[in-house]
Amino acid sequence: MMFAMLSEAWMAMWANRLRTILTMLGMVIGVAAVILMLAVGQGAQQQVQESIASMGSNLFIILSGSTTSGGLRMGGGAAPTLTVADAQAIEELPLVAAVAPSAPGTAQMVYGPNNWSTQVIGTTPSFLTVRDWRLSSGTAFTDSDIRSATRVALLGQTVAQNLFGEEDPVDKTIRIKNSPYVVLGVLAAKGQSLDGRDQDDTVLVPVTTAQRKLFGSQFAGTVRFIMTQAESAEAMPAVEKSITELLHQRHRIRDSADNDFSVRNLTAMANTAAETAKVMSLMLGAIASISLLVGGIGIMNIMLVSVTERTREIGIRMAIGARGKDILLQFLLEAIIISVIGCLIGVLLGVGGAYGVSGATGMSVVVTVNSIITAFVVAAAVGIFFGWYPARKASILRPIDALRFQ
Amino acid sequence: MTEAVIKIESLCKDYITDAGTVPVLHDVAFEVMPGEFVAIMGPSGSGKSTFMNILGCLDVASSGSYLLNSRDVNHLNRDELAHLRNQVIGFVFQGFNLLPRANLEDNVALPLIYRGISRAERTMQARVMLEKVGLGKYQLSRPNQISGGQQQRVAIARALVNQPKLLLADEPTGNLDTQTSKEIMALFSELNKRDGITIVLITHEHDIAAYARRLVRLADGRVVYDGPVAQDPHAHTSYTPSGAQA
Repeated sequence: MMFAMLSEAWMAMWANRLRTILTMLGMVIGVAAVILMLAVGQGAQQQVQESIASMGSNLFIILSGSTTSGGLRMGGGAAPTLTVADAQAIEELPLVAAVAPSAPGTAQMVYGPNNWSTQVIGTTPSFLTVRDWRLSSGTAFTDSDIRSATRVALLGQTVAQNLFGEEDPVDKTIRIKNSPYVVLGVLAAKGQSLDGRDQDDTVLVPVTTAQRKLFGSQFAGTVRFIMTQAESAEAMPAVEKSITELLHQRHRIRDSADNDFSVRNLTAMANTAAETAKVMSLMLGAIASISLLVGGIGIMNIMLVSVTERTREIGIRMAIGARGKDILLQFLLEAIIISVIGCLIGVLLGVGGAYGVSGATGMSVVVTVNSIITAFVVAAAVGIFFGWYPARKASILRPIDALRFQ
Repeated sequence: MTEAVIKIESLCKDYITDAGTVPVLHDVAFEVMPGEFVAIMGPSGSGKSTFMNILGCLDVASSGSYLLNSRDVNHLNRDELAHLRNQVIGFVFQGFNLLPRANLEDNVALPLIYRGISRAERTMQARVMLEKVGLGKYQLSRPNQISGGQQQRVAIARALVNQPKLLLADEPTGNLDTQTSKEIMALFSELNKRDGITIVLITHEHDIAAYARRLVRLADGRVVYDGPVAQDPHAHTSYTPSGAQA
């Protein structure tokens, strides 16, 4: 019975091929748009999440603050007010997991015929803990390297590539600002940061080496920023408060004066970015869904025309024994077939389009099975929803009226 | 005692229009026994088409009783009426009413779909029926590829495919030329005589009615004659299309 109904529905659709295809096109475009938009949105979301994961978790960054010099207020970080001692004091605070004082600067480095200019960060071994950064080869420098300010370095992937190419950099000696540094290890790849910088284009050296030898007077005993990791997400507000109080005391800042440092909750910023990406993804999906709705209305429109056109056929069928539900099923099946086939083509087009977009623009896209299933279920639901009214209209016709219809 | 196929008593039908209630059938009594061949005649507006639609369960009476195959039709719901149309009645229309998209075999098999018969069985029965009306070799043609007479044969095959108790024909030769009409009526006669199928047909041509054995004449919604065709007192007044029988 069901099979017979399917072939009846198919026959009717085949008889109006062009119209069927055009109606289907509405669904095809709707479904393809939803899948494509979800893929783009989720790609963006995934990229943000990867950046967040690469940043490290439960993170604060403490920047040395602005200073006022002769009425001119300098920007944040202009006054070198933070010290390694500050970092050590912060480490003593409860709920603090790790602290990494950092003194960044730019330097030219040379290995053999290759040279490269990049960011060099003077820091401590806990920098790797705070940033959740692993080594892909070699070992990290240790606290004894910090104490004796040895000339050792850890290279980011981009730097290693540019200086060494295929060669293994471990235990080789490079020259940074003309001084020899031994490469202890190579950092694992991190990829882009939230603001799009290449995080692998970095060299790490001991903080003391940076202060005393590499950048000299620029960081006389001070650091530019201190990265601090709290033990848990719940501990972050408490840690933020205690850091502020501690530095207030240590820097002897009067209550009326401006702080000479600022504490930023990086994780909160990252979450905002993630939230933004999520909202964007949802919005793309919502906009695409409208085209699915329009496709559904197209189906309803055509089915209504079809029912009117075929009133006489409905009458004939009823006269030879079709029940209302047989007629209902026939027209409903037509609507469902149109939407399901349209959906299948739409899925193919959407997935193809997503990979096409990613291939052409380098945008990252994520096609999930979930989004395909969702599109499919929605399409079938749209078919039933918009097909039901015309089908119902056909099924409640009085046989005598339907037969007389010209 | 055999049960009547159709047993109608004091049946009335009114149409409600903007101008008020228009009575179409008054107090009609009608009975058909199995194996009968009845022609219903009457001038335009006599209510014969309305009567036929009620007989065929396409329309319902305003009052009165109608027992079809001993079932009280007035108290059946839509699905039960559809069931009767499918399995008890075979309907043949003036305009053939075949599905233009479907081939002859599928057209004939259509009533079987609504009975839930399997595809193989449907095809087989449809072929047997097409064979019976002499169109065996046209099974894959479409209705617009054959003549009107052939289309009416297909419609008859479709009406008979469910082995109905009753064959209703509403001016089956109205759209056909004289020669083809004769052939179609010969087919009806044969079905009635050889297979014992009960037939009720509407016509306004006396020589078509002559194929039947019993004649019911309607005028203004009332039965004015019910008896053998040969003794019809109104025979001379019946409407005959110009250029028909010589």
